[in-house]
Amino acid sequence: MRKSWWKILGVLLLVYTFIAGLLIEVPRNPQLQETIRNLFFHVCMWFGMMILFIVSFVRAIMYLRTNKHIHDIASRQYAGVGILFGVLGYLTGAIWMSYTWIDSNKSVFNSFDTIAREPKLIGAAIALLVYAAYLVLRDSIQDMDKRARISAVYNIFAFAMLFPSIWIIPRLLDSLHPGGSEGNPALDPGSASANMRLVFYPAIAGWTLIGVWIATLKIRMKILYEQKLSQ
Amino acid sequence: MKKMISILALLLFTFFANAQDVKMADAMKENGKIYVVIAVILTILAGLVLYLVRLDRKISKLEKNK
Repeated sequence: MRKSWWKILGVLLLVYTFIAGLLIEVPRNPQLQETIRNLFFHVCMWFGMMILFIVSFVRAIMYLRTNKHIHDIASRQYAGVGILFGVLGYLTGAIWMSYTWIDSNKSVFNSFDTIAREPKLIGAAIALLVYAAYLVLRDSIQDMDKRARISAVYNIFAFAMLFPSIWIIPRLLDSLHPGGSEGNPALDPGSASANMRLVFYPAIAGWTLIGVWIATLKIRMKILYEQKLSQ
Repeated sequence: MKKMISILALLLFTFFANAQDVKMADAMKENGKIYVVIAVILTILAGLVLYLVRLDRKISKLEKNK
């Protein structure tokens, strides 16, 4: 194994998250009850996704500046793990909202009618689809240099699309999701108690480190694969 | 003054009453079953981490061999 201290740190932070995340005292919120603990898992997926997309974006710019193939591989793999985290965030959010957003005064169908209009859900779906198109675009180009250049440029566009679709528009509109017009959905000091933040921040770091670990493994595998091909 | 204190007391009382009314998984904490859940999710985490470690070792070996 290579340079393993941060991998161990990531695993330890996750072990801490899993134990403390289930044991600490959380605010008694009548709507969320114990599901408030999902903060340490669901929200961390989105956080990890954003950090991985930022790394992917930086590597795309580095490729365009230096034309070194390694940056192209890295950019692609970080985006791939970022998409994985985003899909997991979406799925966990779907489970969570099924139990907390359903209006008991309405039929299930009518409840979902309101949920389907959630600006945060639509925004996140747009962002994930834009990144999914990145993978499709990449795989449709045969020539290696052309593929690297076009996908690096598209990666910058996809990253720019995160601003309106995740960071701006959903936060201007009213929503059932925390952090609508009143502030930030993850870092708002009002929505999580000090106790919870003691687990939340380490959880973000732990999940992100695991994501980076997976991405580096995929990058090294890809390099080995291409060396094998060129032999 | 008396009125204000009684209003304040009433407010405080309703606040705490509400806080206690919210149903949480208190029973799970009392009888320790929550530790079973922790054991299960830690096992899954351990399995996934072990998988990553083995993959990392294998890739390192391949990198050395060339």
